[in-house]
Amino acid sequence: MSISLNTPAEKKKRKYFLIPTYFAVICYVLFLGFPFLWMFTTSLKSPIELLQLDQSFIPKGFYWQNYQDIMEKRGLINSAKNSTIIALVTTVITTIFAVPAGYAIARLRKVFSGAATGWILISQVFPVSLVIIPLFMAVRRVGLLDTIWGLILVYLVAALPFALWMLKGYVASIPMDLEEAGAMDGASSFQILRRIVFPLLLPGIVATALFTFLNSWNEFFFALVLIQSPEHETLPLTLARFMGSEGQVLLGPLAAGAFLATIPSLLIFGIMQRKLASGLLAGAVKG
Amino acid sequence: MSTLSTKKASGKGKMYNRGAWKYAIPAFIPLLLLSVVPLSQAIWMAFTDNVAGFNVKVKFIGLENFHRLLGDKLFWASFKIGIIWAVSVTLLALVLGFGLALLLNQKLRFLGLMRVLSLVPWAMPPVIVAIMWNLLLRPTSGPIDGILSFLHVPGAKTDWLGDFNTAFPTVILIGAWVAMPIITVSILAAIQGIPMDMVEAATIDGANAWQRFRFITVPAVRAITTALVALNIIWNFSSFGLVFVLTAGGPGGKTFVPALFAYNEAFKYGNFGYAASMGVVMALAIVLMLGVYLKASKREDTQR
Repeated sequence: MSISLNTPAEKKKRKYFLIPTYFAVICYVLFLGFPFLWMFTTSLKSPIELLQLDQSFIPKGFYWQNYQDIMEKRGLINSAKNSTIIALVTTVITTIFAVPAGYAIARLRKVFSGAATGWILISQVFPVSLVIIPLFMAVRRVGLLDTIWGLILVYLVAALPFALWMLKGYVASIPMDLEEAGAMDGASSFQILRRIVFPLLLPGIVATALFTFLNSWNEFFFALVLIQSPEHETLPLTLARFMGSEGQVLLGPLAAGAFLATIPSLLIFGIMQRKLASGLLAGAVKG
Repeated sequence: MSTLSTKKASGKGKMYNRGAWKYAIPAFIPLLLLSVVPLSQAIWMAFTDNVAGFNVKVKFIGLENFHRLLGDKLFWASFKIGIIWAVSVTLLALVLGFGLALLLNQKLRFLGLMRVLSLVPWAMPPVIVAIMWNLLLRPTSGPIDGILSFLHVPGAKTDWLGDFNTAFPTVILIGAWVAMPIITVSILAAIQGIPMDMVEAATIDGANAWQRFRFITVPAVRAITTALVALNIIWNFSSFGLVFVLTAGGPGGKTFVPALFAYNEAFKYGNFGYAASMGVVMALAIVLMLGVYLKASKREDTQR
């Protein structure tokens, strides 16, 4: 069933599968897409409409005040600013560190690369609830508790191993022959890296950077532990706090904020699409 | 760990870029400082009586934390919930994701839409996912209950996330919703990597659709599936955000995953050392689960 051929007999056989197949398609589309659409239409409903039982999918009017409410009164703009700064700085620093190192891990002798890869894997096994304790103490010691810089520091710790892992996979897929040819022509090791590896690696670097950005944009746990003041909150923190308090009643603004916070993630995903998954697991299968 | 670790990471043939090692330094130093050091500290802490607060004298107490943890019934209840959660979410997401990948590989209408939709859950921040499902599952105004009562299905007006019996399964379903996209996309990529002439040859030899699925598709996705299951168990066993916002461990501790437990112990009660010992036990459990799983799948590999 998974692989289809276009012989007449096959086509005839496939016709019997069409109805259950399309039924499955509809189920998947509803399961995957409906929750998001419902959140969007909820964000357009007025408080009065949201009080009613058995709501309709389509709102009775467009109540844009929900967006105004969440952005201005609940400090969502400030949180979005924090989230953007944190995610951007984390991404830039992680990429600067991870690109040369990812290359080295993929191309170095077994001993080094084995140790580095081993460490990357081990660090993934440690639960964040364990890692956070020494990090919390370290951030507190340097006086960065409850600041966005403290959070950036912790996000670097979280992002670096996975970025290395992804980049290692991308480097491994670049044929060694090209570098050999470069060396034959007398290119220095830096020239090989800059002129041959870097251009080929660029899509991988972009994917890694976007992935890092997305992860810090979405992150919640570290922010919850390290940030206390509302003015330093990230988007997920503000929204989680809002949901735990007035958001229980103010469903419209809650949905509006949640919708807005998802847009950057969706945009990044639109750009990356399937490349992301293949890159993410490239390290796992290509080795 | 054959699929996860590097089989022949490098050193294939000759090394042409001998100077490469120096590029590792700028990242290995932060990796060492920001990753190796804190993780080692975390493990060390599990053997101390460290508590929150400034200038507290920290004492090495050996295995005392672990001894206390052994008798902590609440923790083991939470630990059990964590295992059930990680395994159920992974398996459910695997089944749903595999099904979706098979559908996406067919020539069907609305494929583009489905492809985009299949990625949406992945892109969303866990907190937003929790908020969104909370809106959907509200017992009075949510559409799920609207649909159920419209269809006269028993179960309408259930407080899905607040009821003792339904809360955990509901949270698992939402967890699988989040985990599906990575699985779908990776399995789809593996299926599309199957050479077409292999399928044609099998068809000419008289293999029917089921046989082609069993003997071509399944082996083709085996390696990636093993990696996906391993990664999902790691990610889910220690996941925090989704459950924290959805139920905060409630009702009555039914969804109290171990990450929540350790978080409370450390940042609510300030018992850093004790919380660290929980983290160490969780890490050991993950390693153990992975070891058993990867060994089993390797054995299966060599048998065929």
